[in-house]
Amino acid sequence: MNAAGSPWQVGDRLEELRLPAVDRMSLVRYAGASGDFNPIHVVDEQARRTGLPGIIQHGMLTMAQMARPLSPYLANGYIEHFRTRFSGMLFLGDQLSIVGQVTVVEEVGDGARIAFDLQATTSEGRSIAKATLRFRWLNP
Amino acid sequence: MWEDRVGTKSETVRNVVERGAVRKFAQAIGDLNPLYLDPETAARSRWGRLIAPPTFPRVFDFGTIPGLPLPPAGIIHGEQSYTYTRPLHVGEEVDCYTIFQESYSRKGSGGTLNFLVFERVGEDTAGERIFTSRDVLILTETVAAGVES
Repeated sequence: MNAAGSPWQVGDRLEELRLPAVDRMSLVRYAGASGDFNPIHVVDEQARRTGLPGIIQHGMLTMAQMARPLSPYLANGYIEHFRTRFSGMLFLGDQLSIVGQVTVVEEVGDGARIAFDLQATTSEGRSIAKATLRFRWLNP
Repeated sequence: MWEDRVGTKSETVRNVVERGAVRKFAQAIGDLNPLYLDPETAARSRWGRLIAPPTFPRVFDFGTIPGLPLPPAGIIHGEQSYTYTRPLHVGEEVDCYTIFQESYSRKGSGGTLNFLVFERVGEDTAGERIFTSRDVLILTETVAAGVES
């Protein structure tokens, strides 16, 4: 711990999150839970009609997965800012992993603001999304 | 085609952060945080109640920008951001609306890309802002032509 009470210091890496291979059921489940029934995420024929080889994962599901490494810290603060740029498409069978590094730790009166760079990449090394996230740490 | 609609605001829609919807959402994103799911753990936390995952506003109705022509398919989601003043509380009511913020185009190797930027806001029932989201949508030349015809 540093003076601000932040559990992180600049340069620290989050533990890598390796997700299971994308399967159809998980996309159907996210479609139902989010209300995003865009057919390119659930119906092969519709995806092919738009020129894709098959259905693709929702970008917003990837974004949600990118926040997961910070979830265990939500008892001590909240995500103040989270910006994701989508750079690639994730297909059935692809395996995503999420990594992140601390870029800035700023002390504030009652805690700290900690900035992270996050990357979502397939096991083959294709970039799917990049994000910046600022966590607002609150001292207990 | 879109420029004359920039600055237009949707109606405001009241949404509820439903406990069952949060549970389903948490399961779908694979994040079984007890602060989202277990009322007793959540009650003992600094928040004193269940909270929702940061991307949960995806489920909200943010209203419709009147008269904005959009294609039925082929929209690319380029970028998304959320800015929060605090976590969303399960059970609370959130007033949501959309502002069509910006429209611009860029020439790329595959033709012109059209960018549409939407700001989406969630406020508590006293009008205090809880979060702001910014969506950047991309329409290729082919997809945009489908709107015009």
